[in-house]
Amino acid sequence: MSFIEVVFAIAGLFGLFTGLAVAVLSLTWMERKTLARIQQRAGPSVVGPHGLLQPVADAMKLATKEDMIPNYADKLLFWMAPIFVAVPAFMIWIAIPFGDNLAVRVLDLGLLYLVAISGIGVVGLLMGGWASSSRYSMLGGLRAAAQLVSYEIPIVIVILSIAVLVQSLSLDAVIGGNTISIGDDTRDLPGQGAIPFAFIMPMGLLIFLIAGLAELGRTPFDIHHAESEVVGGPFVEYSGAHWAVFFLAEYLNTFVISALIVILFFGGWSWPAPPESLFGNDLSSTATNLIGGAWLMIKTYLVAIGIFWIRGTYPRLRIDQLMAFAWQVLIPLSFVNLVLIAIVLFYDWPLWVMTAVSLPIILGVGIAVQRRRGARGRPQTVRILRRSAGEIGVPMPPASTPVTDQVQAGG
Amino acid sequence: MTAQLVVFYLLAAVTVLSSLGVVLTRNVVHAAFMLLLALLAVAGIFLMAVAEFLALAQILIYGGAVTVVVLFAIMLTRSDDQPRADHSQRPLALLTAVGVFALLVIAFVASDVASLESATGVGTDTESGFEALGLGLFTDWAIPFEVASLVLLVALIGAILLARSAEDGE
Repeated sequence: MSFIEVVFAIAGLFGLFTGLAVAVLSLTWMERKTLARIQQRAGPSVVGPHGLLQPVADAMKLATKEDMIPNYADKLLFWMAPIFVAVPAFMIWIAIPFGDNLAVRVLDLGLLYLVAISGIGVVGLLMGGWASSSRYSMLGGLRAAAQLVSYEIPIVIVILSIAVLVQSLSLDAVIGGNTISIGDDTRDLPGQGAIPFAFIMPMGLLIFLIAGLAELGRTPFDIHHAESEVVGGPFVEYSGAHWAVFFLAEYLNTFVISALIVILFFGGWSWPAPPESLFGNDLSSTATNLIGGAWLMIKTYLVAIGIFWIRGTYPRLRIDQLMAFAWQVLIPLSFVNLVLIAIVLFYDWPLWVMTAVSLPIILGVGIAVQRRRGARGRPQTVRILRRSAGEIGVPMPPASTPVTDQVQAGG
Repeated sequence: MTAQLVVFYLLAAVTVLSSLGVVLTRNVVHAAFMLLLALLAVAGIFLMAVAEFLALAQILIYGGAVTVVVLFAIMLTRSDDQPRADHSQRPLALLTAVGVFALLVIAFVASDVASLESATGVGTDTESGFEALGLGLFTDWAIPFEVASLVLLVALIGAILLARSAEDGE
């Protein structure tokens, strides 16, 4: 690695960090405004024009707030948990392409990198939940682990089907197209500027969207910090700056999932028509990349607003429904998607066959899920949960015993 | 080159120290988190050996999934179900560990690493190396690959059987 590359990497990281901080601030503002509109309120409107400076004020409040650590917490793990959640959320952005061959680090195995890094965040939630030495955090952490590990599978399988489609793991090939070879045949796969993969793989898009929402732990899948069930989940005992880091990571992940949906299914930075045909040849490569990056951001924000919209309109699932949906519907469906794309490519059928087969399957599965909802309504995991709830207090940090004593003395 | 060496020794030190931590700590949950640290450091060493695919697979499987499942199992079981750390079988465990380590060292020294590398085509850092890995797994090494997946399948069926019988027993 030459000196210039090192300088570029450091400058890129610095720019990324600043840009992402601004993105998180803007996302919190947009979420509050979107939710307010759905609930027929005005939303933040006092600080700055249209409440635009509200996130800044919130950030200042959080930073200056007293940072409390519970007496019985495992101090080291309690302190490390937010880092384990936030650092992967930042690291994912290293591989996200903002233009042709334009990322902080262009990786050959970009798709695999995204999947691998995003998996580490779960450990942070589990760590925070355990170290807080509170039953609500503990339950929340365990719920988070169960949910995130389950929903990671459909995400990985959908990403795998895209890798099969473009015959590469690089994000540039996903957006810019690739020449693929099956056996002796080769065929040119057009870039996503020509056909976004959303049209080839509507089933993949749907699975990715649902599983992505679950990975984020957003309503309707916010089982692990459901206020009415486990108060705040793994974050119950966190306050001030530590809590702010969890919050930051959550919005960063929302932004990542939106960007991934755009990159994998809606063409990322690619243009609907080649830039030459719109502007002639007098457009410099810098301008092309700038407009491409802006195009990516616009689409990402639109998807993010869609995610906020879903949060505003859907109620929360119950935990057994959530797990059953992942294992009985999403995972089999994602395998169907993978096998379908492999068959279509192997027999060299045109790509619209994939769409034509996917749409009836989506419709059928949707109707089946809707009809079985009533019949399968009985909560099935409550018994297991109740049994383990009694045992959950035991493996906590050893000093938690005095709390139990106090509770018993008080009761 | 020197910078690479420094990074390598750093990663190696983290691996060794956290592995020692896994064995020596009395707190099972701490041991699990140290295990995660050790596995991530090993992924770093893979990365330094330009085995990018292996490093990412290590992070994905061991960092993201296996550690979480281990932690999950620890947190959901009663602490008096857990075997005590100062067990009477300690000398035996030590003997087994040293024996396995010696076996690994002997196997590594005895095998011809260079010819293995050229036979599999693995060890190049580009995407073609990753393709060679895939091709090798499904052609030359198909039988070991299938055996490994069969072992996993058997483990899965066994787990389901155990869970089912525990449920029926109540």
